[in-house]
Amino acid sequence: MEFMKNGKRIDDRLPNELRPIKFEVGALERADGSCYVEHGGNKIMAAVYGPRAVHPRHLQQANRAIIRYRYNMASFSVEERRRPGPDRRSVEISKVSRQAIDPVIIKEFYPRSTIDIFVEILQADAGTRSAGINAASVALADAGVPMRGLISSCAVGKVDDTVVLDLVKEEDNYGQADMPVAMDVRTGEVTLLQMDGHLTLDEFEQALELGKIGCASIADMQREALIQKYRGKEDE
Amino acid sequence: MKKQEKLDKTIVVPGDLLSEDATKAAEGTYVENGKVYSLIYGLADEREKVRVIPLSGKYLPAIGDVVIGMVSDISFSNWKVDINSPYEALMHISEYPRRIESSEMAKIMGVGDLAIFKVVDVDPSMKIELAPREGQLRVLRSGRVVEVSYTKVPRVIGRAGSMISLLKSKLDVNIFVGKNGRIWIDGKAEDEDLAIKVIKRIEREAHTSGLTDRITKLLEEEKHGVHEKR
Repeated sequence: MEFMKNGKRIDDRLPNELRPIKFEVGALERADGSCYVEHGGNKIMAAVYGPRAVHPRHLQQANRAIIRYRYNMASFSVEERRRPGPDRRSVEISKVSRQAIDPVIIKEFYPRSTIDIFVEILQADAGTRSAGINAASVALADAGVPMRGLISSCAVGKVDDTVVLDLVKEEDNYGQADMPVAMDVRTGEVTLLQMDGHLTLDEFEQALELGKIGCASIADMQREALIQKYRGKEDE
Repeated sequence: MKKQEKLDKTIVVPGDLLSEDATKAAEGTYVENGKVYSLIYGLADEREKVRVIPLSGKYLPAIGDVVIGMVSDISFSNWKVDINSPYEALMHISEYPRRIESSEMAKIMGVGDLAIFKVVDVDPSMKIELAPREGQLRVLRSGRVVEVSYTKVPRVIGRAGSMISLLKSKLDVNIFVGKNGRIWIDGKAEDEDLAIKVIKRIEREAHTSGLTDRITKLLEEEKHGVHEKR
């Protein structure tokens, strides 16, 4: 498969260009905080509940809140119907996504409680864990959870020996490498870094730099979306 | 015309830089490397200190808060009370003004009853103890209770109670606002309806300025509407 033509990618983007991204803060009425995101072909809903009482009780911690993160793909989110329920892949993604967001949350403010994060992938088109983390981070802020900063995430990869930002499905499936990155852009702390495929050391460093730039753009969009939620009401 | 409704404070998100002076840090902020950053999503208010007023979140009780609670369970010596917070609160039988037996507890205040309480103790593990407010237990037997986000309570009360006085003067209702965002309204049914409508409006527009004027106008209009229908 040929991915690069005249310096452009299969969807006409430049190697360092993100897909169009749209955040909608507070999309759900019942959740304490929520965010709907469209990231290229991805459509994702994130909901946050809590801090609230922990069930089952034995999971509760005496001095801090616990964080639970559930990443789930809808059965209709991909071309071939996906069997509902957690599988090996979604359990892993839930775990790494939780660990990506956990470091910025101030858990000591809410002893004996839980903060539950639900990320539902309604439509998938590569980079769902990253887009899910972006949505979850905004939903947490919307819920009023104290955090040191917002976590932003995007994927980088390699196709036709070129390092590219924010892969689409074809690039992810048939490309040479895929590497999701999540970070707190202000401090530069990387909280998630996975890699599938092969990159040389030089390419890896180049990819990480590109990922950081991508995360920085996403952080601006997350911030703007949150500010817009209250500014928007003024113009009504 | 909408210009004057502009926000009087800036909206900030977690991690936003608020000040280079660490001594100015107040609620809703944290200090890192001598700089003040926002800890929450809210409105930054900078005066002598810089603080962030939350726009959302769960109520956490503090000693001295007066709240409206709902009895959720009765144990041998305690009423378990839901105070619209992640933590359940307790009122011990001995806090009741006179000496009573365990068997009488449900008669005084049963499961599902609402009452006005004062928070007398909060320990580090968030064990919360309640007592009747001002020595007399006020169980709410009439009227209605509505819930708003606790972050909007200061706007419902208004500066020096102005919003509440406005509501009470225009409508023939008794209103009590709990720190936990529960509001008790007692009066004639149509006045209660209107009061709830107005309170919901205040909650939605809590972050805008010129709110009192708009609420005054809304009350005038609604009052006329009510009269015409009769």
